[in-house]
Amino acid sequence: MTSHHSYTEVMARKGEILHKSSGIDYSRFERGTLAFAYEEMMQSAAYSLEETRRIQKATGVGDTPLLELQRLTALARSLAPAGKGARIFIKDEAANPSGSFKARRAALSVYEARKRGYKGVMAATSGNYGAAVASQAAMRGLDCIIVQEVFDSKGRGQPEIIEKSRACEAYGAEVIQLSVGPELFYVFLRLLEETGFFNASLYTPFGIAGVETLGWELVEQTRRLTGREPDVVVVTHAGGGNVTGTARGLRQAGCQAQVIGASIDLTGLHMASDRDFNRKSFTTGHTGFGLPFAVWPDRADVPRNAARPLRYLDRYVTVTQGEAFYITEALAVLEGLERGPAGNTSLAAAFALAQTLDREQIIVVQETEYTGAGKHPHAQLTFARENGIEVKRGDPRTGVPGKSIVIPEHPGQIRVVELELDQIRHSYFKNALARAGAGNLSGEDLDFLAEETRWDRSRVEKEISLMKGGTIDGTGSGR
Amino acid sequence: MQEIASLQGQDNSGEYAHKDDWVEIWQEILTSGERAPQIPSDTQAVPLEMRVRGFLLEERAQAGEKVRIKTRIGREVKGRLVDLSPSYAHSFGRPQLELLQIREEMRTLLRDQ
Repeated sequence: MTSHHSYTEVMARKGEILHKSSGIDYSRFERGTLAFAYEEMMQSAAYSLEETRRIQKATGVGDTPLLELQRLTALARSLAPAGKGARIFIKDEAANPSGSFKARRAALSVYEARKRGYKGVMAATSGNYGAAVASQAAMRGLDCIIVQEVFDSKGRGQPEIIEKSRACEAYGAEVIQLSVGPELFYVFLRLLEETGFFNASLYTPFGIAGVETLGWELVEQTRRLTGREPDVVVVTHAGGGNVTGTARGLRQAGCQAQVIGASIDLTGLHMASDRDFNRKSFTTGHTGFGLPFAVWPDRADVPRNAARPLRYLDRYVTVTQGEAFYITEALAVLEGLERGPAGNTSLAAAFALAQTLDREQIIVVQETEYTGAGKHPHAQLTFARENGIEVKRGDPRTGVPGKSIVIPEHPGQIRVVELELDQIRHSYFKNALARAGAGNLSGEDLDFLAEETRWDRSRVEKEISLMKGGTIDGTGSGR
Repeated sequence: MQEIASLQGQDNSGEYAHKDDWVEIWQEILTSGERAPQIPSDTQAVPLEMRVRGFLLEERAQAGEKVRIKTRIGREVKGRLVDLSPSYAHSFGRPQLELLQIREEMRTLLRDQ
């Protein structure tokens, strides 16, 4: 490797490379020490909802069906107290061209890349987003490179991610398969530099605005089908884009539904660990992404992350791997929908949450995804066993991520565990203040922190003085 | 050099690939000593590896040799040949009794209402 391509040197050119590959001058949104003009960035860099719908429609993205899950609702009602058991709906995002809602995010980025004259697009993702970008690039005649974290040091690939490699390749993309580690970003930057391609990051304003149509559509569809507003929308939370975009779309449709994020609990597994890599049965939608991106969104592959989940989450809950496997099976055998795993994290949460809501209320799970070899529960559980994970039936809460997966013996064992948003906000604060250093925060910074945390200005000031006194202990950072 | 296995566990030893064959190459991107400082020690201890697939540019090559390929989008990449005609062998796994039992249980619950 020639010297100007060393890890340190490439990382040092990060700002320059990202600027050239996104076409967005992020510096014009910067304000104060911490603050940046988020809404201005969203409005000036991306497209309006109407334009987004038009761009997505041109490549067959969006307008996916909203399905009522009547038998799962009946099952939830059979477990709920009298009068409880909300109607459960699911937005069948598997109907998008690449089989997931990620097509919405890719549609805008690839459109933008084409419009700006880039020859190709790149994305660093081990998830459905790779296939989405590859599919959109195929439709718009652009080249595509997808960089994925696929295998551990023993050369064992995660079956779900291998399936995603295959899908990207099927859409004509070049796939870079890497072993475990965050230096994937270094490889990504090197390739951006070499190719001059557009960085179709999940976290640009395009990547988020693309999801707004999902939120908007589900409100319109719920109104049409039921004559009511959705009361609760459950969103699988990982990097924050799904939560942010969906919630923004709900607001644009004039809907005040509660937004509940749901992640698989993977406490104890380190996301950058070669050893832990193949001990997780869910490759995304878990706390290993959900928490770090909530407590510090600007860790992404763009200077300012357009996904700001803390601004939109009303509640954040976790479910276990065992519960998500159970509900995946239930969705197939009770509702005739073989989907997932993504989205079924939210569905497991929604199944439990519905039992706390009134019968006439409506809870919407806002995504499904295509399933297939590698992604299927039988494939994942087979792989788990091969990696020494114990699989059994029992109380799902007794499962230990990386050691055991406990599939419920009864649907009444499916529960949600509430994560305290205030604790997450404290961690966010800790990170923000560490970034700000000793510098004085301006009024604009304080307003920004209030928007980021949904605390009022006096609470923000109180929290800062408490934290500077070192009395608040943040949690969850970096994991 | 170390033996680099095919991701699919394919044994390619002694076999030859020819020009324009679809192959997989392997490259070490960072040695264990070059890894980012913030990562856990188990990951620090191993190199960052890359695998890419493409059309072989050499006339003839054997697994383990250094070769050049042309990727799907026409990019030229160098690396060690590790797989000839690389396949995808991920599957639907073996049937899991823990899941197969669920249908009957749920239908009983719905019937008993």
